[in-house]
Amino acid sequence: MKDSDTLRGDRIPKRVITVLASTGMAIMLFILYFLLREGLPVLRHASLGELLLGSYWYPTYDPPEFGMFPLVVGSLAVTALASLLAVPVSLGLAAFISEVCPRSLREIFKPILEVLGFFPSVVLGFIGMVVIAPWLQERFSILTGLNLMNASILMGIMIVPVVASLAEDAMAAVPKDLRDAAYALGSTRWETISRVVIPSALPGILQACLLGVMRAVGETMVVLMASGGAALVPRSVLDPVRPLTSTIAAEMGETPVGSDHYFSLFFAGILLLVITLGINVAAMWVERRGMRWRG
Amino acid sequence: MKRYLIGTAAVLCGVLLAGAAFAGDLKMNGSTTVLPIAQAAAEKFMASNSDVKITVSGGGSGNGIKALIDGTTDIAMASRPMKDKEKSDAEAKGVKPFEIKVAIDALCAMVHPSNPVSDLSLEQLKEIYMGKIENWKALGGEEKAIAVAGRDTSSGTFGTWEEMVMHGEKVTPKALVTASAGALLQTVAKNPLAIGYDGIAYINDSVKALKVGGVEANAANAKSGAYPLSRFLFLYTNGEPQGDAKAFVDYLLSPEGQKIVEQVGYIPLN
Repeated sequence: MKDSDTLRGDRIPKRVITVLASTGMAIMLFILYFLLREGLPVLRHASLGELLLGSYWYPTYDPPEFGMFPLVVGSLAVTALASLLAVPVSLGLAAFISEVCPRSLREIFKPILEVLGFFPSVVLGFIGMVVIAPWLQERFSILTGLNLMNASILMGIMIVPVVASLAEDAMAAVPKDLRDAAYALGSTRWETISRVVIPSALPGILQACLLGVMRAVGETMVVLMASGGAALVPRSVLDPVRPLTSTIAAEMGETPVGSDHYFSLFFAGILLLVITLGINVAAMWVERRGMRWRG
Repeated sequence: MKRYLIGTAAVLCGVLLAGAAFAGDLKMNGSTTVLPIAQAAAEKFMASNSDVKITVSGGGSGNGIKALIDGTTDIAMASRPMKDKEKSDAEAKGVKPFEIKVAIDALCAMVHPSNPVSDLSLEQLKEIYMGKIENWKALGGEEKAIAVAGRDTSSGTFGTWEEMVMHGEKVTPKALVTASAGALLQTVAKNPLAIGYDGIAYINDSVKALKVGGVEANAANAKSGAYPLSRFLFLYTNGEPQGDAKAFVDYLLSPEGQKIVEQVGYIPLN
């Protein structure tokens, strides 16, 4: 009697979880299906080569041009530069909070970092427009302060809290025994951090960076406001760029539904998905290689 | 199980009742250029007609027209006439768009207040946006590059600019693109090298409005047609407006409604 009661008690949560999980899966699949259904029809009017390698984005002209090369380069450039700026800072911050600073300070820093992670991006974008842009323009006497550099700095500021907080978690999770052993062998603090803590926390640190990069790829508001929006392949970090996300955000609102322009914007969404997927796969590959190399 | 059924039934009833309560309401959707007019007019209209509830939302001319065709909005706001593609879509779904002109909007070319240039011809504007003229010196300004700024290709404002200034020529890919009228104003206000354009309602002291071909951008010149960069703003309904929609449209076209048009910065029809 009791046994069957427990079984019943188990069965209900199991069913609930199954239903919830499959609903989640179904929604994801539906989004993917929708994206493909709305994005692929553009291929009827423009070849894959034209879409990916064409360098002119004139979707509303007659005949339209759907060259997304500058947009893809724009997305990648902002992401790469932002990561370049943010990752070293984040890792330094994580190592400081986890390994160096006293416990009392740590308890202040960590929540601050976590709250900063939720900083609204539209506020950052606004700061980029009214503070950083005029400053950059005056400092470097360039055409416009709304450019790759501006967007990357803001994006860097956005992802530092995310990456630092997660990397700190990974470093803090390294068993104390390892550190004690390193110190017992006469290592300095720097040697302990760089040779023991960081290598053992590497998978977690990599995950943290990956999440930061993903956030940068998908971020829309900051690049929409601060990147300048010229659909050109940038020649320097002070040139304006136009990432895929800001193109979708700026143009989707007023494009007639069912037009080639509409399909091409969904196609840009597919490209974003492919880029994030690519970064994910690359990160998995690096992680596996790293494991083999270490062990 | 029974309890779930009752719960579901209750929720469904709630949804249906809520739907019924909204059925008499008026929904408006569309151009963010027309939005300030519709919003101000709706507030005044509801103050004197407390039984009507008007919901106004701005998602762009294209979205508004799409919503009208799909039947999810009663009145579409647009800063451009309907495109042929949209007309054929409407026809296919049995919707008969009825066009109502509600106001005149004038586009202003604007520069940073420190810029000595104050008058440009349409031809000069076109060549600046084509990327042919790249230095302010050619226009009587300082020896400095021009930062061309505009709106995204699907905004109604861009469409009007394209039609009235560009005449089929393409805007240079070097042009900076901003996603809203406010952002473009901000961009020009913060950049001494920039040129941009916005609806007359958005222009304020942070920028300098340019004369076009010697004609100042103001209400009198837009109405008389002397100012070359002016356009009509529209509402669209499915068939001639009826009931609450008719009452609202009539109100907007009345002297009182047209005063609201003027108050929010556009030019009344008469």
